[in-house]
Amino acid sequence: MSIETITTDVATAPASEPVEVSGTRKLGPLGWVCISWLVAIVGAAVLAPILPLDDPSESFGEIARQGPGASGHILGGDSIGRDMLSRVIFGARTSLLIAVGAVLLGLLVGGFFGLLAGYVRGRVDTVLTTLFNVFLSIPALVLALSLVAVLASPDPAGQDSISHTRRVVVLILALGIVTVPILGRITRASTLSWAEREFVKAAEVSGARPSRIIFREVLPNVLPAMMSIALLGIAVAIVAEGSLALLGVGVQEEPTWGNIIAGGRRELSNDAPHIVFVPSAAIFFTVLSLNYLGDVIRARFDVREAVL
Amino acid sequence: MSASFDPGGDGEQANNGVSGVATPRPSTAQSRRLLDVTDLRTQFRTAKGMVKAVDGVSLSLDRGRTLGIVGESGSGKTVLSRSIMGLLPKRNVVREGGVVYDGKDLLTAGANEVRDLWGAEMAMIFQDPMTSLNPVLRIGNQITEGMRFHLGMDKGTAEKNALSLLREVGIPEPERRLRQYPHELSGGMRQRIMIAIALACGPKLLFADEPTTALDVTVQAQILNLLQKEQRERDMGMILVTHDLGVVAGRTDEIAVMYAGQIVEKAATATLFRHVRMPYTEALLKSIPALDTPSHTRLEAIPGRPPDLINPPPGCRFAPRCPYAQDRCHAELPPLVEVEPGHAFRCWYPVGLSPESVEQAIAAQAEAEAAAVGADAGTATTPVAETGTDEGGN
Amino acid sequence: MNLARELGKRVLALAVVLFLVTLFTSFLLTLVPGDPVDTLVPVPDENEIILERKAQIRERLNLDEPFPIQYAAWLGDFVTGDMGSYYRVTDEDPVFDRAKEALPVSLQLVLYSQILALVIAVPMGVLTAYRAGTRFDRATNASAFGLLALPNFVLALVLAYYVGVWLGWLPVDGYVNFADDPGEHLRHMVLPTVTLAASQIAIYMRLLRSDMVATLQEDFIQMARSKGISDRRVLWRHALRPSSLTVLTVAGLNVGALIGGAVVVEVIFRLPGIGTELAQAILQRQYVALQSFVAIIAIVYVLVNFAVDILYTVIDPRIRHARAGG
Repeated sequence: MSIETITTDVATAPASEPVEVSGTRKLGPLGWVCISWLVAIVGAAVLAPILPLDDPSESFGEIARQGPGASGHILGGDSIGRDMLSRVIFGARTSLLIAVGAVLLGLLVGGFFGLLAGYVRGRVDTVLTTLFNVFLSIPALVLALSLVAVLASPDPAGQDSISHTRRVVVLILALGIVTVPILGRITRASTLSWAEREFVKAAEVSGARPSRIIFREVLPNVLPAMMSIALLGIAVAIVAEGSLALLGVGVQEEPTWGNIIAGGRRELSNDAPHIVFVPSAAIFFTVLSLNYLGDVIRARFDVREAVL
Repeated sequence: MSASFDPGGDGEQANNGVSGVATPRPSTAQSRRLLDVTDLRTQFRTAKGMVKAVDGVSLSLDRGRTLGIVGESGSGKTVLSRSIMGLLPKRNVVREGGVVYDGKDLLTAGANEVRDLWGAEMAMIFQDPMTSLNPVLRIGNQITEGMRFHLGMDKGTAEKNALSLLREVGIPEPERRLRQYPHELSGGMRQRIMIAIALACGPKLLFADEPTTALDVTVQAQILNLLQKEQRERDMGMILVTHDLGVVAGRTDEIAVMYAGQIVEKAATATLFRHVRMPYTEALLKSIPALDTPSHTRLEAIPGRPPDLINPPPGCRFAPRCPYAQDRCHAELPPLVEVEPGHAFRCWYPVGLSPESVEQAIAAQAEAEAAAVGADAGTATTPVAETGTDEGGN
Repeated sequence: MNLARELGKRVLALAVVLFLVTLFTSFLLTLVPGDPVDTLVPVPDENEIILERKAQIRERLNLDEPFPIQYAAWLGDFVTGDMGSYYRVTDEDPVFDRAKEALPVSLQLVLYSQILALVIAVPMGVLTAYRAGTRFDRATNASAFGLLALPNFVLALVLAYYVGVWLGWLPVDGYVNFADDPGEHLRHMVLPTVTLAASQIAIYMRLLRSDMVATLQEDFIQMARSKGISDRRVLWRHALRPSSLTVLTVAGLNVGALIGGAVVVEVIFRLPGIGTELAQAILQRQYVALQSFVAIIAIVYVLVNFAVDILYTVIDPRIRHARAGG
């Protein structure tokens, strides 16, 4: 065992041992609760513009700093009186967009290179693994932070700050770049073990082209590992967005879960803790659900075994 | 145990577990009796049901005696030794029946009480010394641990004892070994260490669970000899569990053959080899290649596989694989009976005996049991079945 | 000897990674849109002095040279202690001075949190493994799971506000040197340490539990039990040692990862660690300082990884034995 396999194992360590001997974990009631939450939150985020919500940027003076229930606003108002419910739902839009976008980028790029490295091996593998290791040598948040800082830096000759769209793209890119080596490593490890199996050898011997083998034979088996990590990755990305917002480099104009919390920091002492707690709860439940489902997939497909 | 070797015995067979009732022996052998197992049943709770790993085993053992338990993997022999000792997982295991060690009922005793016996009174030697020794602790540590815990020795004394133990089991340069780790030693040496550990606190009862299976053939004899020597010198009772009849051939007083969780034949060693009765045992014997077998002779394997222990078949469990099986065998489970004294087996159509003799023996047993129960109900002291005049004050 | 060759290979790999990582960090500056110097000194080119100053900085940073030269120069400077500066029109602050002050602070925070996390996680891991499958185990696992889902910044804010401000038990920001006032130093470190340790506890506990459960199935545990020693002894003396390798390795790796990785916690509690410096450099758009800090953080991480890797082979006698070809 080397450090590499250990850290890969750690990333895929199961939440708890299934009580039964076999690795199959049924999607129990808890699993359905998690799926329901995710469906609800994603649904709300996607449909936000057509839902009967207040305008997230409109201020209602009377509910400023008022907790849940104030004047009919279910989740209260923020520091300047904007409806918390709509801010949190619109915040979900941007936060989820960034998180999912980043992980998609990681899946596509990292997955591709991981498959390549694991299947082709040799020099290609050495080069790719070294590249992965290089990016993994910088703590993820620090890497993301510095990439965002640099890429989102406004042109000194131009306006003082960059557009919202550009910032979102930068965030997706930065978090994506951070995700690439992680998914790359997992995919590579999984590919390595699957590529040794008989059915792959059989396909090779029958003269199929490598690309066909990779996509037809290996990829479907590697997919559960990737999916499980992807779900966990989205959870991490959501939290990362929050961290970046707190550090001042996140999205500024539109609400995100992160920047609502950042804005609500000083309101803790003004008797308006709900501004921090509501988006925090949203993050908490979303992360919890994603973690749980990621674990279920892992247990179901016994990803750990595949990774080794 | 073996009535044929007991000079003071009374010829009464009530004690070798044939009927499943273990009545205490009269006094001459009283202090020698270490272990009485009565109808022991061990079941494991699994997703698919209750696995009856040990299904009604009775046996007994005296000091200075060796009992060999022979069976295929899956026969329940390892579970049996662990069940007797009590070394089973805490959850999802059900153990019923009677296990009396030195007068103490182990099944009803508390976990702490039983644990106090481990190491000090009874010890186990495990099959694979590579995996049975803690890889990250030094040998010396592993040997002295029991002594310091049970016997309260200090480190110095314990180490001195450990050194003499190592010498006793034939390990060269014992001082050096104390500081080494298991992976630095060969398989044979590790097994000797294991034996040393088992003997450290001077137990009276030793379980050897496949002690030589993981070893080279050349080393096997050495280890078995060592075990025999230690047993003699320390006057221990030993239960030797193995799948290899060759291992038990010259080294046991009695052999019990297990199949699918039950004892299917039990006899004094010589008797078993000379007059095998149960077809399974016969098949086992036949499958051992002999030195004078011509080269390239096909080895005789027993066809088929052991039965499902969750839902065992209603009849004799070996019937599906038995060359002599008849209808009755598939329908009715034969009980363990003694046709000849001291030799019990479980078969309707035994090798070399008539089926009628089996029926007679069953009838005789039923009578004896009924009489014993009747006498018990009547006088509540000496059972009529006991012909010995000594009243063992037990 | 095999061991020396093994070591040699690793050192080579280490050098390659360090080279590539620092290559990347020094590349960061080129990613900045526009003229980096205008970003560093965001003052309009109104007069000669400013223009001269900017030219001087440009010269200093070799910005007109091709990138390989830039990197070489940067490397030469870096290893001799010149890590760039915070540039202003009139003067500059060397990064090295700030880094020198900041690194120990981060190191302390990270070490304290790992120690706290292990002190709590190890017994909990042992206990839940021992009682695997019971309600206690399931409840503990569920709690750990929940703890992991809580973002550290939320915990930080909650602790800072409720324990620090509302209850007023502990200070919520600032840092006091241990040498100056050990008591105050510790009081200031409590909340950040607890925050950082929280998620670590959950991870370590589950990791240890997982390994312990596997170890407890091993034959040598049965053997140890059969000696009649107490369950507690079996757990702590026989099962824990072979199971603890993963946890310790991860803890070691985390020490490296959290120096800098704990930036949010440092910022919220206003600890002058390297994470705070990094965040400050970003806010001030001092990207040269940013580069240096990222480089420092990455180098520390890589070196810690390397050390842990070496220790790993040394600690486990089985692995040492296997590697030596025995």
